[in-house]
Amino acid sequence: MTSPHDKLAVTLAVNGRDYRIAVEPRRSLADALREDCGLTGTHLGCEHGYCGACTVLVDGVPVRACLMLAVQAHGRPIRTVEGLAGDGPLHPLQEAFRDEHGLQCGFCTPGFLMLAAGVLEREPDIGDEALREILSANLCRCTGYQNIVKAVRAAARRIKEAAGRG
Amino acid sequence: MKPAPFSYHAPSTLDAMLALLAEGGEDGKVIAGGQSLVPMMNFRLARPARLFDLNGVAELDFLRAEGGWLRIGALARHAAFHRPPCGGPTGALLAEVVRHIAHYPIRQRGTFAGSIAHADPASEWCLVAATLGAEIVARSRAGERRIGAGDFFLASLSTALRPDELIVEVRLPILDAGWRTGFCEFSRRVGDFGIAMTAVALRVESGVVREARIGVGGVEDHPARQPAAEQALVGQPVAARAFAAAADAVAGAVRPMEDLHADAAYRRHLARTTTRRALEQACAGSGS
Amino acid sequence: MADGPTRYIGMPHKRLEDRTLLTGGGRFAADLSAPGQLHMRVVRSPVAFGRLRSVDVREARRLPGVVAVWTFADVERIPPIQIRLTKIGGLEPYQQTVLARDYVRYVGDPVAAVFAEDPYVAEDAAELVFPEIEELPACISATEPPREFMPETLPGVSSEAACVTKAYGDLDAAFAAAHEVVELEVAVGRHTGVPLETRGALAEFDPAKGTLTMRGAAKVPHYNRGQVARMLDMPDEMVHLIQGHVGGGFGVRGELYPEDVLVCHAALRLKRPVKWVEDRQEHLMAANHSRDQSYRLRAAVDARGFILGLQAEVFSDQGGYVRTHGVTVPDLSAAMLPGPYLVPAYRADVHVRLTNKTPAGTYRAPGRYESTFARERLLDAIAHALGRDPVEVRRVNLIPRDRMPFDRGVDTLGTRVVYDSGDYALLLDKLLAYLDYDRLKQALAARRAAGEHVGFGLGYFVEKSGLGPADKAVISIDAEGMVEVVTGAASIGQGIETAMAQICAEVLEVPIERIRVVHGRTDRIDYGMGAFASRVTVMTGCAVKAAAEALLEKLAGAQVGTPASAEGWFRADHMTYPYGIHAAVVRVDPGTCAVHVERFVVAYDIGRAVNPMLVEGQIVGGAVQGIGGALFEEFVYDANGQPLVTTFGDYLMPTLAEVPPVEALVTEDAPATQNPLGVKGAGEAGINGAGAAIAAAVDDALGRPGAVTRLPVTPIRLHRLLGERD
Repeated sequence: MTSPHDKLAVTLAVNGRDYRIAVEPRRSLADALREDCGLTGTHLGCEHGYCGACTVLVDGVPVRACLMLAVQAHGRPIRTVEGLAGDGPLHPLQEAFRDEHGLQCGFCTPGFLMLAAGVLEREPDIGDEALREILSANLCRCTGYQNIVKAVRAAARRIKEAAGRG
Repeated sequence: MKPAPFSYHAPSTLDAMLALLAEGGEDGKVIAGGQSLVPMMNFRLARPARLFDLNGVAELDFLRAEGGWLRIGALARHAAFHRPPCGGPTGALLAEVVRHIAHYPIRQRGTFAGSIAHADPASEWCLVAATLGAEIVARSRAGERRIGAGDFFLASLSTALRPDELIVEVRLPILDAGWRTGFCEFSRRVGDFGIAMTAVALRVESGVVREARIGVGGVEDHPARQPAAEQALVGQPVAARAFAAAADAVAGAVRPMEDLHADAAYRRHLARTTTRRALEQACAGSGS
Repeated sequence: MADGPTRYIGMPHKRLEDRTLLTGGGRFAADLSAPGQLHMRVVRSPVAFGRLRSVDVREARRLPGVVAVWTFADVERIPPIQIRLTKIGGLEPYQQTVLARDYVRYVGDPVAAVFAEDPYVAEDAAELVFPEIEELPACISATEPPREFMPETLPGVSSEAACVTKAYGDLDAAFAAAHEVVELEVAVGRHTGVPLETRGALAEFDPAKGTLTMRGAAKVPHYNRGQVARMLDMPDEMVHLIQGHVGGGFGVRGELYPEDVLVCHAALRLKRPVKWVEDRQEHLMAANHSRDQSYRLRAAVDARGFILGLQAEVFSDQGGYVRTHGVTVPDLSAAMLPGPYLVPAYRADVHVRLTNKTPAGTYRAPGRYESTFARERLLDAIAHALGRDPVEVRRVNLIPRDRMPFDRGVDTLGTRVVYDSGDYALLLDKLLAYLDYDRLKQALAARRAAGEHVGFGLGYFVEKSGLGPADKAVISIDAEGMVEVVTGAASIGQGIETAMAQICAEVLEVPIERIRVVHGRTDRIDYGMGAFASRVTVMTGCAVKAAAEALLEKLAGAQVGTPASAEGWFRADHMTYPYGIHAAVVRVDPGTCAVHVERFVVAYDIGRAVNPMLVEGQIVGGAVQGIGGALFEEFVYDANGQPLVTTFGDYLMPTLAEVPPVEALVTEDAPATQNPLGVKGAGEAGINGAGAAIAAAVDDALGRPGAVTRLPVTPIRLHRLLGERD
């Protein structure tokens, strides 16, 4: 029916905008986001699922964009680091990462932000142990992690406070 | 690290999927969660000419308790087990085990049945299936058959599934409240492939083990129950001494694999430890 | 100036770099693209050692989308990659050509390069390149006797490329006077920096201007610019190297590698932009490895444990070729081995040997992570041999404050090693007080008595920082009062923009928000040394201070709003030497043979901190890397030289779950005397003594002094160790 090199029409709904692209079946979601949508905030650190730098939200849950094909994400809501703040002020997670020095080189940062965003949106009251277990999914080579944990906890507090006021 | 070319097929019904498998199962590969398959494709260790995407076959997306079985559809994700999917010891065991499967984002995509089909020697779900006596429901255009877990796993990455067959469902027996379950795994880091792991289910009456199911994974080329250890335990009171004897029986019986992270002697040592600890966990607080 | 007194130096100022990085606006190498670009894929040797007979590229060239496939014949005019640091005579035969010529010398050695319209197609084509290699027995250990490097083409050239010797004092007299001689053989396994961003580059030739630009530079852009120009026979000023964001350096990234030269050459030859992004598997077998040293130590000690003399024979596994670092790591190992101790007589001979593994270079605290491990194992062994407390034995040997500045008696990196300042005993006292050492020991003893396997260990070290010879900065202020600081430094994620802006803001007394820092661009400044050896805060920082002061002078009496510009230099003949102690509490689980680090403390005297938040960040991050090297990370090879660790499933960098919160105890008791800011470097503080401290703690937990002789302490090794006793 199709040749492996035939490009398939795919619509990626990223950060509320539709990107109509044509990709080979073998193109990863990460490559499609980066190369076809121009959203290079999603980083590739290993392309085999271990580092988590490519973590994005698909249907609201964090997944590895290197282990998903672009065609599999057709039509499903995707969120990347570029959509976290939009044009406005920083997202509480981004603010907290800055305040707590939760990043150095910044390469793993988008993956950690999206992992944390996905988790906090689903489980705003997550306990420390469960949070640490989830954050152990991604690798960081600069910070030694402790400021990342501090930042995510601080952001969780801020988000809850804001929700309480709202 | 990009996959070799393949053609992509995404049927929306089971019949269509089975038709694809019937005509091209040999050089084709089914993808469900893809969390094991895609890395292998990225390394070009797997290079299917045709990829059959199961994710659109909505009829296989189920997870429910029914008639004494937990019925796990081919599209049930690991994350569906973060909370016990059924009551009793089976549900509790599954919710404990799932936390050892890779990491949270991987568990959002990966599927229970996909793990069973992939048959990695260190797969936690394969171990649970072998230990509890799962039934694997395989379907092809020729019909359906049910394969007991004991006959299903043949070797590393090798199963009794035929190229034209699809696992449509895995069924796990729901143990009654008389059973206790435990699980222990050792991996180098959190989320890594386990080097050794043990799952146990014991039926205990009046402080005495009446039935025992002990399975060991990650040690041999496929997970398997340990008859010698089970025999060592049945009829014994729930006590550290009996657990140690069962753990020793495991250590004596396994023929461990060797790799970068563990030689045979170390794996045997670990199997003893994970078995003892899984038994202790199963009986913790039971006040024997 | 306008906004009154300000204070920036010493404040934990939030980073100027962060907003861009947090919003996905970073521009890392792989994020760059140019219209019409080609993608390069390197074909690598599948065998560890062999005679390269031919490379069949016909099928690859026929694949649609492939533009060119090169082998050595296509790049034979390009000279091998030169040595940047610690050049000593006789290393030339060991330099690497950009594609393999006669032999392949490690799995991963580049044998061909494919250029295609698409990275997926480039990878398809690379599979169709077939090198014909006559496989030869591989050498995988530097302690094996040397053999011929390339027997047929370089007959008589030994695989021992050099022996680095450093010595002072009367060693014979020391051993003659010894109360006891303590001997030890220890080794540190092969591991390396592994930044989260793999290497990458985008090279473009502009025919109108005749310039070649390579983006994706890191670490030493100016030096590499000169080398690329030389190798491709172009004038320096027609080559630009530009650094974007860099996803971690750690000594590994930004050295000149074959792939950098290949993309530049290809951009010239193929007349199209050429992009290369390394994949992770390539990175783990092609980017510099490090460590991999074996030490044989003999110490003559008196009855108190004072070291009268120390003799060391070290074997340093250089891998397949000598790369840009030359003998930097062996040189630092030999120079820094005596550490914070007096050691009146000393001799070290470091054998630099080529093997058939990935070439080795520097990784954060090069030569010190290893030598600190060896030395501190020795101090523990001395304590055990004499039945004395390990802390007291260290105290007996520490260089006293009144001996500062202390001439170590050796040179390294072309400078005399003179410890400029330090109060080593004071830092030890502060650490012990912080730990409440006696109570900690009692608590651990109580837990051991209850059946747990817990232990404490420490490692003392001297660091070095601020390598000269010089650095330059240019600061300009425009009519609106916006300030631009142009430096020749490189950012590798360590926060230098913020630190440099803090220094500038303090001197100029302008708000930091008005300052922009430029770095890593050879087109903006003609001199720059980049970022390595924990040099930036010291060297570039002092140059920024000088430039800011020069600017103030120019502006004195001028009207507000007068644009001006000034440059400043800082020169240093000597490095400055911070020092520190790592302390670890570990628990060993005999059931799994795993080691759990319960506590990790880094005491460190920084001299003076420009930004304590950044200093602590460096320390914590370094410590976690150090724990990785001590317990998890290792490149293992089989007997044929096949690498067994080529994925993140096997190269085990610690995750959050494997590491404790790291406690940093930073002091400012010994400001640097060699620079006007008093600052010393922070980059390598967190990692240096980690292996030493953890090894000692594991010994203590097992109740077996001297048990750990090799890093990393993996479960399989610990199992064998415990098995010995059964």
